[in-house]
Amino acid sequence: MKITLHVWRQSDAKDKGHFEKYVHPNVSPDSSFLEMLDEVNEDLLSQNKEPIAFDNDCREGICGACGMVINGAPHGPQRLTTTCQLHMRKFKDGDEVWIEPWRAKAFPVIRDLIVDRGAMDRIIEAGGYISINTQNAQDANALPIPKPVADKAMDAATCIGCGACVAACPNAAAMLFTSAKVSHLGLLPQGQPERARRVGNMVAQMEAEGFGGCTNHGDCAEACPKGIGLEFIARMNRDFFGAMLKSPDHIPARWKRR
Amino acid sequence: MSKRNLAFYDTTIGKKAVMAVSGLILIGFIIGHMLGNLQIFMGADKLNAYAHLLHSMQGPLWGARLVIIAALIAHFWSAISLTLRNRAARPVQYQRKADLATTYAAKTMIFGGIILALFIVFHLAHLTLGEIGEFDPANVYANVVAGFQVQWIAGFYILAQAALALHLYHGAWSFLQTLGANHAKYNHLRKAFSIALALAVAVGNISIPVAVLSGFLK
Repeated sequence: MKITLHVWRQSDAKDKGHFEKYVHPNVSPDSSFLEMLDEVNEDLLSQNKEPIAFDNDCREGICGACGMVINGAPHGPQRLTTTCQLHMRKFKDGDEVWIEPWRAKAFPVIRDLIVDRGAMDRIIEAGGYISINTQNAQDANALPIPKPVADKAMDAATCIGCGACVAACPNAAAMLFTSAKVSHLGLLPQGQPERARRVGNMVAQMEAEGFGGCTNHGDCAEACPKGIGLEFIARMNRDFFGAMLKSPDHIPARWKRR
Repeated sequence: MSKRNLAFYDTTIGKKAVMAVSGLILIGFIIGHMLGNLQIFMGADKLNAYAHLLHSMQGPLWGARLVIIAALIAHFWSAISLTLRNRAARPVQYQRKADLATTYAAKTMIFGGIILALFIVFHLAHLTLGEIGEFDPANVYANVVAGFQVQWIAGFYILAQAALALHLYHGAWSFLQTLGANHAKYNHLRKAFSIALALAVAVGNISIPVAVLSGFLK
């Protein structure tokens, strides 16, 4: 099948960037979206042109490295699917496909479709951990956790940190990502001692990175390849209000914007 | 104001909580105001007596007004601050943007809010202060009927109430989510509540100018 691509090309963070048109005349419907781009890049290389830069790693839908906005939808038209797991059979012969990077002030473009998602790493650094002594692992059965709680924590922990929620959000908010990371530890007994401090610190970092706020559109949850729901945002808000009531010490002083 | 409150309001979550609580106060006012106004269908005497009753209680009346004004200021201020921040969070727009789950109501909250702000100014000038057209402070019924017999005034009221219904549809669904109430078991009730509230306010408030325009109320 013939696919016409309009791909965002941007040589570095300072470049203004523009769309470039490429025609792939012979796309196999069985190829993945990234394989299709690989072929376009082979062609570009054979013409001595700069290939399209995009992030990818496992190509199994579990690492969170890949991601581009395809015809306005992060990770493309298929629900619960990362870009690497999207296949060209989801498109029709003759389709025009627009490919853009995640767009957010907090995600500066490094090159073409690659953005710097370091902001999400810094949110994790701010509190996405538990402080324990690591020696011999404790017996798993010594710490009973009700099944529904374990399931919910696992639902949150499925977040692969791809950033599709930020890309989908009309406000470029990182609420779904942060709430998933706050919740999967906050639900479990090991996460309790630092629960209030964690939500305070992670929300503070999220704000400092320049993400927008939540206006309850729900596009994030729809774009999430792991199906993480808005309930976690409500849950993080509850945790945040609770932390605020407990002690102002849980809210760090570093409110300065970067 | 303690330091803590300041830090809380610095976050988008804090501002959203202020939006939610002030919005809830305004929803309460909107329902009360609508129920009061609907007495117009019970005759001029009934409505004028109700207006007289309200004005006879200056203390509680001004108490309620101050709460509403405070809620409006908090609502506007947070909305403007959040909107500016949200716009700044995406300096480069998408060439193509698909709407995955959002609604027309959710996307137009700020525009609905601007229409409503203009409406509030007009409405106060029209039926509270009596700066537009003839006005008799003792005869609310006559003021309403005379006002809505002017087509553009009735039209503006209808438009504003439609905008209000849309605003409430997203707002009523939203405030519970913002305040942390989201449960798979009860979410359908949240949706039903927001639809019912939006419809009730739209039908209730628009019925008055329509009744005047059609000659049902004279």
